Amino acid sequence: MTISLVPLLVCGLLVAAGVTLLLERSLVRVLAGVILLGNGVNLLIVTVGGDAGAPPLLGRSDPDRMADPLPQAMVLTAIVITLAVTAFLLAMVHRAWQLRDSDEVSDDTEDRWVRLRARRGQLGERVRARQAEYDLLVAEQRAELHVEPTKGERLAHRRTDRRKLKHRQREARRQMRRAIRAERERQALALDPELEGDD
Amino acid sequence: MEALIPLPVLLPLLAAGVKLAIGARLRRVQGAISITTLAVNLVVSAVLLVQVDTHGPMVARIGGWEAPIGITLVADRLSALMLVTSSAVTLCVMVYSVVSAYDRQEDVAPMAIFHPAFLVMLAGVANAFLTGDLFNLFVAFEMLLSGSYVLLTFGGTPSRIRAGATYTVMALMSSMLFLIALAVVYAATGTLSMAQLAERFADLTPQVKLLVELLLLLAFAIKAAIFPVSGWLPDSYPTAPAPATAVFAGLLTKVGVYAIFRLEALLFPGGPVGTLLLWAALATLVLGVLGAVAQADIKRMLSFTLVSHVGYMVMGVGLATVAGLAGAVFYAVHHMTVQTSLFLVAGLIERRTGTTSINRLGGMMRGAPLLSLLFFVPAMNLSGIPPMSGFLGKLALVQAGLEVGGVLPVALVTAALVTSLLTLYAVAKVWGKAFWRETRADSEGRQDAGEEQVERSAVTIPGLYGPTAALVVLGLAYTVLAGPLSSLTERAAGELLARQPYITAVLGPR
Repeated sequence: MTISLVPLLVCGLLVAAGVTLLLERSLVRVLAGVILLGNGVNLLIVTVGGDAGAPPLLGRSDPDRMADPLPQAMVLTAIVITLAVTAFLLAMVHRAWQLRDSDEVSDDTEDRWVRLRARRGQLGERVRARQAEYDLLVAEQRAELHVEPTKGERLAHRRTDRRKLKHRQREARRQMRRAIRAERERQALALDPELEGDD
Repeated sequence: MEALIPLPVLLPLLAAGVKLAIGARLRRVQGAISITTLAVNLVVSAVLLVQVDTHGPMVARIGGWEAPIGITLVADRLSALMLVTSSAVTLCVMVYSVVSAYDRQEDVAPMAIFHPAFLVMLAGVANAFLTGDLFNLFVAFEMLLSGSYVLLTFGGTPSRIRAGATYTVMALMSSMLFLIALAVVYAATGTLSMAQLAERFADLTPQVKLLVELLLLLAFAIKAAIFPVSGWLPDSYPTAPAPATAVFAGLLTKVGVYAIFRLEALLFPGGPVGTLLLWAALATLVLGVLGAVAQADIKRMLSFTLVSHVGYMVMGVGLATVAGLAGAVFYAVHHMTVQTSLFLVAGLIERRTGTTSINRLGGMMRGAPLLSLLFFVPAMNLSGIPPMSGFLGKLALVQAGLEVGGVLPVALVTAALVTSLLTLYAVAKVWGKAFWRETRADSEGRQDAGEEQVERSAVTIPGLYGPTAALVVLGLAYTVLAGPLSSLTERAAGELLARQPYITAVLGPR
């Protein structure tokens, strides 16, 4: 059996191009890669499957000069299967595009986990920073309350002033606490990869 | 009797065609067709098993063409045993999916699309077990894969489409590698009939032989999810609908393992690849179970244990002794049943509570004692607590490993024991958090925070518990039947390694 080099080189080229496209993240390119790869492999089967010859039909030609019909039957089957799988892939690409307006394969769950852990760490730092701010505020407010009364102030006036000041301070603390709580909740949500969705 | 052999492939295909023709109408008839088909399948496989166990391998020649030219279907002890197990498992899963489809009256798609895809997949699985021809094995893989593509992306939700992309591309890659291997095999030997290949491979130069063996092994290893090429599995399986995941976990990886059994025992006995397989088994066992330990979601945890426990079967093949192979076959039978029942239980948990994350589950022991029992028994069986079948399978493999001796097999035995322990740790973590822990007040509130809504129904459906319980009991029954079953697996392994009965049955006596 003699094998010409050209079909084998074409095979190699098709498979190489197919593999390169398969490594892409865009599903349309993956689809093109599958088609190229499939054609490359089919060409390989025909090329290495025996010498060319007469059509393998009984009574038409001498059996010794006939081409081997088996690789042709195999390639035919493989072509049909590749066609079906290509149709399925196309439908899947379309669905992915419908859902997200893009055909890129998104990160897998484990990747999302890693990203979420990093984000949780950042959020934790933010919570700690807020906590520190809160502690600082409380200290400042205490200092404010303990200011020595100046001489000419009337007692009653000072009392209402003090009440207003305390009220204001309480409001400020409440706001701060609410912000901390919100940060904490955000951090808790970041624990769960499913909650972040598929983006 | 030979006429029975094609039935496990034909019946599901015919049923799938009829169901596609009926469409979404006649729901009761639809369910009846699926269940009857699989019940008949189970009976046929059981008859086949009894026949081949008494009379030796049986061969069906499709279209009356003689062996090396036409396509042959061969039933020997190994393939018949795998068929019986897979039929029993799929029958339970089918009952489960029919009941769950009846439960949701508004949803008509399951019957019209889910079941035909499911049946086509089962036909592919049966074809893969029975085929005596490498190209027909490729066709069988494509049949089961095309069914599984539909099942995995069922409903087209974002997470399933994402998982489907990974799964489809990986499966395609493995199919292409298989096709390239087939081209090389045909160019080197001029045949694809496995019996004839078993004779002709001996004449090849060692380099070509090794190339062919490695190409085929890589293609099958991707299907079986063995370590360096196992990353796709835990990422894609957990998102599919519960019955689909259950049957994927039970059957699809085992088809890959079965192909490796045939490859190593029939086509390339005693090659240098055995050592490579032992290393792969070691890595699969340990790395898989470490992945399982780290998971917080029950379905993902189960997927990682699935990868890990494939390592046990690969270990048995790598040892290449009758005892090792017999242990691997026993383990495959056990693992098909137990892993499927665990995924069905995970489906029940999800149905009841709307989640499978152990951080959000809790108090199931008090709220659902029956469900807890259904989880507990196969979980303990999986991790190998005596006297369950998981323990017996691991014991057989450990004994086989120690019999062979040497550094690598003993290291592998150690790894197998460590894996068993870590599996116990992983399932105990789930048990402690999801079942024993008291329900926390804040865990209830958090569920509504934008999570993808999974249907919840607090109403218990007895019809769903029935098939799951049947599978769990089947897993326990392997302990009771351990004597006959292990002697059967030993006979199957002996027949597989002897090679001659298979070759003579297909090609005729020389």
